[in-house]
Amino acid sequence: MAVLIVAEHDNSELKPATLHAVTAGLAMGGGLDLLVAGHDCAGVAEQAAAVAGVGTVKVADAPEYANGLAENMARLLVQVAADYTHVVAPATTFGKDVMPRAAALLDTQQVSDISEVVDADTFVRPIYAGNALATVQSSDAVKLITVRTTAFEAAETGSGTGTVAALGATGDAGLSRYVGSELSSSERPELTSARVVISGGRGMQSGENFPLIEAVADRLGAAVGASRAAVDAGYVPNDYQVGQTGKVVAPELYIAVGISGAIQHLAGMKDSKVIVAINKDEEAPIFQVADYGLVADLFKAVPELEEELERQGYGT
Amino acid sequence: MKVLVPVKRVIDYNVKARVKADQTGIELANVKMSMNPFDEISVEEALRLREAGIAEEVVAVSIGEQKCQETIRTALAMGADRGIHVLHDGETEPLAVAKILRALAEKEEPKVIILGKQAIDDDCNQTGQMLAALLGWGQATFISRLEISGDAVSATREVDGGLQNIELALPVILTTDLRLNEPRYASLPNIMKAKRKPIDQYTPEDLEVDPSPRLRVLQVVEPPGREAGVKVETVAELVDKLRNDAKVI
Ligand SMILES: Cc1cc2nc3c(=O)[nH]c(=O)nc-3n(C[C@H](O)[C@H](O)[C@H](O)COP(=O)(O)OP(=O)(O)OC[C@H]3O[C@@H](n4cnc5c(N)ncnc54)[C@H](O)[C@@H]3O)c2cc1C
Ligand SMILES: Cc1cc2nc3c(=O)[nH]c(=O)nc-3n(C[C@H](O)[C@H](O)[C@H](O)COP(=O)(O)OP(=O)(O)OC[C@H]3O[C@@H](n4cnc5c(N)ncnc54)[C@H](O)[C@@H]3O)c2cc1C
Repeated sequence: MAVLIVAEHDNSELKPATLHAVTAGLAMGGGLDLLVAGHDCAGVAEQAAAVAGVGTVKVADAPEYANGLAENMARLLVQVAADYTHVVAPATTFGKDVMPRAAALLDTQQVSDISEVVDADTFVRPIYAGNALATVQSSDAVKLITVRTTAFEAAETGSGTGTVAALGATGDAGLSRYVGSELSSSERPELTSARVVISGGRGMQSGENFPLIEAVADRLGAAVGASRAAVDAGYVPNDYQVGQTGKVVAPELYIAVGISGAIQHLAGMKDSKVIVAINKDEEAPIFQVADYGLVADLFKAVPELEEELERQGYGT
Repeated sequence: MKVLVPVKRVIDYNVKARVKADQTGIELANVKMSMNPFDEISVEEALRLREAGIAEEVVAVSIGEQKCQETIRTALAMGADRGIHVLHDGETEPLAVAKILRALAEKEEPKVIILGKQAIDDDCNQTGQMLAALLGWGQATFISRLEISGDAVSATREVDGGLQNIELALPVILTTDLRLNEPRYASLPNIMKAKRKPIDQYTPEDLEVDPSPRLRVLQVVEPPGREAGVKVETVAELVDKLRNDAKVI
């Protein structure tokens, strides 16, 4: 048994999602290596070697891996996979883009978005927007797996004693070209790893009202999320979307403001430890999953919440 | 240029899926089924390519039981020109679906294949990427913007950190995200017209694909439920509960 984790990074920093995939990989048994494919990414390789449990960090450093394009990444994965029984990546947009392409080239039926490792061949994954959990068994010689990061703790970093080994590059497939990115920048924590998340829905009425939520977020050190309706209406950017077809979050505390609680939204947040709902409609389905429900007009309740937190000394 | 649009018949997005009592799967008998919502977006995008004079023909494909023809008819009523149904009873996994689609792509020779980024039943998010690999084509997944001019394809992808722009050349695989477009409704005359549009039928065997699943589903269970919560009357009470009972702030 040998497990390879495909690291997600931006050529300077290892993304936390990778650490969750490592924990899942360790549960599959056997030795565990990490693949860092990028360009000028020696710093990432060093960080990867310090992750607890990592044996070898295999580094493919070449221009064709600079932006993680699936066509180039999949070619590399196919070559590297020969030495492994499991190839594992986080179920982020990066992992979702790259892994199925490699799986098809290896003639393997990928197992997507696992939330539990039962044994080396058997995994649990949520289906139907998390309304069911399927236990599936793979008999493929090399298993390709993506991991729901919120279902596994982050592996410890700093204490690892991995060694770094260079890999030959596989060349540019010449099928796609990276042009550029428009990334949201925020001082707030990242949505999928934040301890507290506060999300706004259609009830917010406009993007101009999101600062109400942001003020609370800043008191609690929280990330800000949104329902699809709020994103579609242009209140906030696409990467705020929580749900079945957006991001899955499982913070200690999730506060849903002006969100009705559609199945697709619940799929992305119902594993949060504590859920708070603020909604003026007491029949809203969100109250069925909320630990604490406040039936109120958000335009009154949210500013009040911020004031109360301030009074009690939260944040600045 | 021809555009192929794979459309999947899935449980309607408004229906809450129920686990079968024997834990072998999801109760699908007498449940409302619809076209996977992402596939409606794909059909819409294909139609817009045709309306812009970039594509000549839009072909909708579905793989599955006989009733998948209803899903194909929905695509035809939206405006697709013809349909292909690959009849297969029983489960299909993304790899097998991708192999069937490859065989059809080799027959039909489309320049663009537009799939949904995920099907809302199994949420696999695999089929498009697998098909791209099998055909050796470039892939633009989770797209919210598309431009095709001549052989050049420019697309914006929805990624975790925001948006990413990439360029590719035809032929290409695209997978659609929610904000690419708003699908049209089929008008009554178009629904009538769709009844006369042709649907070819194949079996996986005709296409020399073995559709048997690789994964064994051992059981399907309901996730643990959440305990009923409480209503709080005031913001002060809420903060107090979060601080002193739940201890999360
Ligand atoms: C294929 C597909 C995928 C989808 N994926 C996702 C997904 O990933 N994530 C997602 O979130 N949704 C998703 N959806 C959409 C989902 O079905 C719902 O439409 C959406 O979640 C609704 O967003 P909302 O709760 O903000 O809006 P609404 O349902 O309109 O709810 C607004 C709520 O705000 C409350 N409200 C209004 N004004 C106030 C006020 N002043 N004070 C307090 N409360 C107020 C109302 O009572 C209401 O409950 C998807 C749908 C489809 C078809
Ligand atoms: C626990 C479990 C229970 C299952 N139960 C059933 C069942 O009762 N009945 C059943 O039929 N299958 C069942 N399946 C199989 C399931 O339908 C397949 O896994 C599915 O065909 C592919 O996964 P996906 O749709 O999530 O792929 P994704 O990769 O998420 O789909 C993306 C896109 O691929 C295209 N696509 C995918 N499948 C088709 C298709 N068949 N025809 C046309 N286009 C397609 C669409 O464009 C779609 O938007 C089950 C699977 C599991 C794990």
